Amino acid sequence: MSISTTARGLGLAATAAFALLAGACGAAAEPATTGTPPPPSASVAADPIAVRDMWVKTADKGMTAAFGTLLNTGGADVTIVKATSTASPMMELHEVAEVDGKMEMRPKEGGFEIPAGGSHVLEPGGDHLMLMDVKAPVKAGDEVTVTLTLGDGTTFAFTAVAKDFAGGNESYNPGTGASPMTMS
Amino acid sequence: MGTPDRPLSRRRLLGGGALAVGGGVVGAGLTHAGAATDTPPATPPAQPLGTQTVPFFGAHQAGIDTPAQAHAVFLAFDLLDGVDRAALGRMMRLLTDDAARLTQGRPALADTEPELAVVPARLTVTFGFGPKVFAAAGVETQRPRSLEPLPAFPIDKLQPRWTGGDLLIQICADDPLTVTHTQRMLIKDTRAFGRLRWTQRGFRRGRGMQDDGVTQRNVMGQLDGTRNPPLGSPVFDGAVWVDSGPRWLHGGTTVVVRRIRAELETWDAADPTAKEFAVGRRLSDGAPLTGVAEHDEPDLTKTNELGFTVISESAHIARAHVRSDRQRIFRRPYNYDDAPAPDGTSDAGLIFAAYQRDIGSQFLPIQRNLAENDLLNDWITPIGSAVFAVPPGCREGEWVGQSLLG
Repeated sequence: MSISTTARGLGLAATAAFALLAGACGAAAEPATTGTPPPPSASVAADPIAVRDMWVKTADKGMTAAFGTLLNTGGADVTIVKATSTASPMMELHEVAEVDGKMEMRPKEGGFEIPAGGSHVLEPGGDHLMLMDVKAPVKAGDEVTVTLTLGDGTTFAFTAVAKDFAGGNESYNPGTGASPMTMS
Repeated sequence: MGTPDRPLSRRRLLGGGALAVGGGVVGAGLTHAGAATDTPPATPPAQPLGTQTVPFFGAHQAGIDTPAQAHAVFLAFDLLDGVDRAALGRMMRLLTDDAARLTQGRPALADTEPELAVVPARLTVTFGFGPKVFAAAGVETQRPRSLEPLPAFPIDKLQPRWTGGDLLIQICADDPLTVTHTQRMLIKDTRAFGRLRWTQRGFRRGRGMQDDGVTQRNVMGQLDGTRNPPLGSPVFDGAVWVDSGPRWLHGGTTVVVRRIRAELETWDAADPTAKEFAVGRRLSDGAPLTGVAEHDEPDLTKTNELGFTVISESAHIARAHVRSDRQRIFRRPYNYDDAPAPDGTSDAGLIFAAYQRDIGSQFLPIQRNLAENDLLNDWITPIGSAVFAVPPGCREGEWVGQSLLG
């Protein structure tokens, strides 16, 4: 199970729908309220997604992960296919799954799909944005910029604050048969 | 009173909450009794105490002009070596975000027990910076001049385990589990920057046990705080909020946290007359020995038939008396009661938190007077002492201390 549509996500979808109606009535020049995308006819491409409560686990080096909630504020389903960040040269979209009776994390086939108006929770023990091969320490209180790429090639950037966190230690199965590593 | 739209006033209204509003409505009902209909005055449904919140953002940090909650913990941290201005900024950004969420009944980021965050119970989190923070951040010139460890007083028996500290976090709420959860979350986010130096847990009467305006009693049975400037009054504002000195602190304040042990074994041995003579007030209702009600002005010159002043010159209230409102301090104390010794000797007293614009011109003169000669000194012993500058409040998107460290 990878998609969860929360009550708040539904509320946001309703708000977005209202904004669309307002746009249709000729209010397109109004600055969009937080969380309400401009109408699709606007010339400037709107962010199709938004984020809430994003944070990243601190790390001296190696692997770490970012968590929070991704919101699809648009009218069409989207898929997150790629992520990059200022803190690591490579990121992966991960899920946690049971492999041989043990919880392991691994790249998620096809990325994260978020239905129109829905949300996608990234949390320790579940789907997350994996930062590989961190070289400079990600310290508590640092702000890490993450850029997501959607299936249609559009990108979306946000910052996640770094927090010390004891959990999220599932061992990593890169899916190539290599021996699992543990996220520190 | 200040202007009605000040955060201070909002806080008081919200914090004072159900009781104050209820009282007003009842009063209105009585006033209009002449034109009465048969319908009773409409009483708004009381908001459950656990769901009440105190705004986090505002001109001043909450937890000072907030009617004191039932439970508190005071945490003091020593900064780790190498924690500089940038690191302090990262720390305060994290802690501000935690506090902004938790005080509104929302889990902190990376909260491992989000279920515990849903009962804010008027939670407030208040931050203070100890004297050494300024040098660590390379902003020593911004330290208020009198923000330094208090001089040693003859009555002191200070223990290092209750003394000093670089960062103060005061957590107050009407529910002890809310305090515990908030403490755990904030300590986890402070670990990268400091080590816990001391923890002091305190309590007052349970919320709703008495009207909010009733003066608290300490473990010695005395009413404590009778002479406090009223919350939100011009006297309070003029005594508590910094309006001169380093600009970054304007709208902030300073706090002195003293741990004062009550010597209950010897206090038990004193008879009621001696206890009242030592304080200068009646134990039953807190009235000065020259008056009939708690808030009567003490007459320090009134004499008895023998020619002695009725209130001894050495009585606590005579020694603590100040002439100018600007010299007053605001006390927001909590009781403590740790495990008694095997023989039953108590380990109880007061976490004396005093807020004032300036420690040097307000707290110190009073403390000197008391230390020099106060009959109550026979029964109280200061065993801890720490001072902190309390930054002003911040707006959403900002963090506490940004005016100093940003």
